[in-house]
Amino acid sequence: MTPVADSPANSTSRSPSRSTAKGKAAAPARGSRPVPQLDIDPLIDDPDTRIVVCCGSGGVGKTTTAAALALRAAERGRDVVVLTIDPARRLAQSMGLTELDNTPRKVAGVDETKGGSLHAMMLDMKRTFDEIVEQHADRDRARQILENPFYQSLSAGFAGTQEYMAMEKLGQLHAGGSWDLIIVDTPPSRSALDFLDAPQRLGSFLDGRLIRILSAPAKVGGRGALKFLSAGMGLMTGALNKVVGAHLLTDIQTFVAALDTTFGGFRKRADATYKLLQARGTAFLVVAAPEKDALREAAYFVERLAAESMPLAGLVLNRVHETDAAQLSAERSAAAAETLLEQALDEDEAPSEDGPSAEDLRLVAGLLTLHAERLRMIGREERVRTRFTSIHPEVPLVEVPALPGDVHDLDGLRAIGRHLG
Amino acid sequence: MRRRVVSLDSVSQVTEHDSPREPGADSDWEGVRLHVVSGKGGTGKTSVAAALALALARGGRRTLLVEVEGRQGIAQLFETAELPYEERKIAVAPGGGEVFALAIDPEEALLDYLDMFYHLGRTGKGLKKLGAIDFATTIAPGLRDVLLTGKACEAVRRRLKGERGDKGPWAYDAVVMDAPPTGRISRFLNVNTEVAGLARFGPIHSQAEAVMRVLRSPETAVHLVTLLEEMPVQETVDGVAELRGTGLPVGGVVVNMARPPLQADDENDAGRRLTPELLDAGLRAAGVRPTKALVAALLGEADEHASRIVLETEERRTVRGLGLPVYELPLLPDGVDLGGLYRLAERLREQGVA
Repeated sequence: MTPVADSPANSTSRSPSRSTAKGKAAAPARGSRPVPQLDIDPLIDDPDTRIVVCCGSGGVGKTTTAAALALRAAERGRDVVVLTIDPARRLAQSMGLTELDNTPRKVAGVDETKGGSLHAMMLDMKRTFDEIVEQHADRDRARQILENPFYQSLSAGFAGTQEYMAMEKLGQLHAGGSWDLIIVDTPPSRSALDFLDAPQRLGSFLDGRLIRILSAPAKVGGRGALKFLSAGMGLMTGALNKVVGAHLLTDIQTFVAALDTTFGGFRKRADATYKLLQARGTAFLVVAAPEKDALREAAYFVERLAAESMPLAGLVLNRVHETDAAQLSAERSAAAAETLLEQALDEDEAPSEDGPSAEDLRLVAGLLTLHAERLRMIGREERVRTRFTSIHPEVPLVEVPALPGDVHDLDGLRAIGRHLG
Repeated sequence: MRRRVVSLDSVSQVTEHDSPREPGADSDWEGVRLHVVSGKGGTGKTSVAAALALALARGGRRTLLVEVEGRQGIAQLFETAELPYEERKIAVAPGGGEVFALAIDPEEALLDYLDMFYHLGRTGKGLKKLGAIDFATTIAPGLRDVLLTGKACEAVRRRLKGERGDKGPWAYDAVVMDAPPTGRISRFLNVNTEVAGLARFGPIHSQAEAVMRVLRSPETAVHLVTLLEEMPVQETVDGVAELRGTGLPVGGVVVNMARPPLQADDENDAGRRLTPELLDAGLRAAGVRPTKALVAALLGEADEHASRIVLETEERRTVRGLGLPVYELPLLPDGVDLGGLYRLAERLREQGVA
């Protein structure tokens, strides 16, 4: 991490102007301290870096960032596996991922001259959950759990299951020990925080008082045991029965009892995963786009990671707009466009012999309007970015420019990797 | 002759020939009272839902904008404090309409429901302490969703007090829901199937049935918001297929943040004509010094824009291929602030959404 060369002094005269040639220069905002530059290459080259977690809100290019990072690390000599959650179809195909099968597949077309390799896999959350059950319960009990409607809901739809299973898979890949570097994409959570909360939420739910109460009667043989509970408790279960129906309560009790005996180590597992995320060798990258909502989520995440003592490497800011023509400001460009449109009207009435035609004037005016709008957008992006960097000046940052097209091949990923590196 | 100003407004040129319509007159969604707005993350579905609620409120109507994911996105958009679990007025529409907002919290909705049907006032709170409410709203299959959609449907069906025992008018002319993302929308709305394995009879079952009747009726339309990019469009196509498969009423597709073509009629021709010489002459005519660097940079921006437009055209074709009404909203270079929201509402109205 090295600070950018620009000093605040010479940045004061700058209008929105990050040139494409400079690419990743994180321009310091006016009057503020320079923002530290995030250097990805030292991070992924360091043999002590074993896990990189890419997180951030939905729609900011997390999966693409994770894939680009993985490819770059592999081509720089690491044995990498990238765990993706829900990649765009063509991107997945370009990495040879055609089905959700929970198995790392070798990616073809990777330059392996430096001794590295790249494997990729897509997470199948239900299967991952089923596997845990099958692993920890005997066959009959496993079947009983897998068929229970509550389990089915939990494994397919529980808010946080996907997050938890991504972490579970990460733990498995790590324990397997065959990978030099694991890069994980995180699910497009409603809120980025779900990802950190899911393991504990699931764990504390399974440890909860309600579960203990519900599982108690089933253990000693049926609902009759409810009678032994206090009168207050009887009222509760009475209420529950009334609302959900008795058969439902039985389902819950079966489920909970089955879980209770087989998931003894569940909490331990959640804790181990949590510790893995705090361990040396793990690095978090927060991914965002230069938009208010995405950066607000990013800021929450940065704060949360610090609170949980989880190591943040920095912020990847995707889709940043740039211009090489900052010398023509938004205001002047818009004014010039207006001038040309007026001239075009004159030209309509009395076409001149020489000089551009009315249509040509309008064309140039269109381009100037476009430029003015681009600068306004850059200005807005800089404002939201500055807001973030003012609150979190310590967070190293790297910017990836907005590309005109979608990324769906290895070359596209390489190009992004170059911006990151 | 109309001045052809190339600006963001040209996106809506398709509808410019239409004469301005009276508010509410023959909208594409006459009779629809529940508008469910979904879309992939990052497509701006909350903004579109809010703009739609504003558009539908025009001309003295009253709409309710609900959010179900606890994100407080509506409050942020309207620049107000966090919304409580309570319907409150959040904006006025041009012509006297009103937009109310409600952030539905599943726990509160469940306590509400328990109280309403079982008069469980204090017991309800006890259940909460015990973790039963948490259990019910997070793990019980579909229960959370029944509560969320149920609350929205209740608002749709609610009537004000009528005179002499007559049915009063609707409490809201329309309800707009900022719904979960496209990937989860069918599951979210298809509450009936979700709770079927759980509650085969009983009050939850009948509640789910009642909700489903509203959701499947012609009074409901599920709109999907997309960007003209590969992944959101793919999700939209998948989402439409899924909704159709589950028999839910698919509404329209809202293409958000669309870029206007540089020259409305012929992009290729524009690309050919935009030479360094022409740009040089044009800049001079406008009094801007045409340095070589500036000309090259501007041409570069034009190229980039053109290739973006080509991609967008391709994605637009896919969207149109769905055979649904398509509406386009421009990219607002300054982002969506309150003023921008009203402009988006106006665009939606012009295109016949409201």
